[in-house]
Amino acid sequence: MNISGQEFIFGCSAIGAGLAVIAGIGPGVGQGIAAGHAASAVGRNPGAKSDVTSTMLLGQAVAETTGLYGLLIAMLLLFVKPFT
Amino acid sequence: MNSVILAADVNFMIKGIFSYQIFGQTVWITTTHVSLAIVFLLFIVFACCAHHVIVNADPYAKPGTFQNIVELMVEMLDNMITGCMGKSARPFLGYISTLFSFILISNFSGLLGLRPPTADYGVTFPLGLITFGLIFFNKIKHQGVGGFIKGLCDPWPIWAPINVIGDIAVPVSISLRLFANILSGTVMMALVYGLLNKIAWGWPGFLHLYFDLFSGAIQTYVFCMLTMTYVADAIGDG
Repeated sequence: MNISGQEFIFGCSAIGAGLAVIAGIGPGVGQGIAAGHAASAVGRNPGAKSDVTSTMLLGQAVAETTGLYGLLIAMLLLFVKPFT
Repeated sequence: MNSVILAADVNFMIKGIFSYQIFGQTVWITTTHVSLAIVFLLFIVFACCAHHVIVNADPYAKPGTFQNIVELMVEMLDNMITGCMGKSARPFLGYISTLFSFILISNFSGLLGLRPPTADYGVTFPLGLITFGLIFFNKIKHQGVGGFIKGLCDPWPIWAPINVIGDIAVPVSISLRLFANILSGTVMMALVYGLLNKIAWGWPGFLHLYFDLFSGAIQTYVFCMLTMTYVADAIGDG
């Protein structure tokens, strides 16, 4: 089987994209911890539910950024093809 | 080879519609411009209606449905901004409200079948730059040049390069966050409609509910909240 240089770069880019989205593990764990603590906070003080929820969502969205950077790298590798 | 043919149906990139020459540069009008034009058109129509209703409102009569909705929106935005920025919120009410409604409508425009304008880094990065400008301007205005330089070399002067990098990272990170979230939703919807186009009817509505409405609203809130937090931090207590 003959593989040209171009196809080899495509394949390696796809592997790299797959490796890049492993970055999603970290935000997943972090968001889960944030949601768990928010749930226990609401359980302790149900009156502060709206404040706790908005703070949790803000923190989660900020924590999500690192995962999104991985996603961006994957997108760049797959669709913009910087190495061809 | 099969996957290559399938991937040809997936279509979420920004496309040029027509190009023209200006000062020897080729400039493209892209799908982002068209989406932005439609969003602005919606905005202008809504603003004209709201202005007409509010100006002609009779303060002693019972308010109508549309007037109620407009007042509710303004009140909600005012509460959000004053809740975050405290007593220094007054000069920023107009800008943050405009920013909030613009990003919100842009994110929701995926529901109209448009490519959301915020899924283009050329739209979100200027928004981040405006935030950066606001932070810089308010720091100089409220803390003075001396306070600015003192904040730059915070523990010791040797940390100044790191603080500069931290300042520059602010617009990049908040604009990339908005861009990547909306782009991921757009790509996901394009994959669903492109690869599953035989069975994609009805149920993608739930995906729209999450990717366009929920994610879009959360990211709008986060962008405005972070802008307000940074600016309030730059203003300080004084």
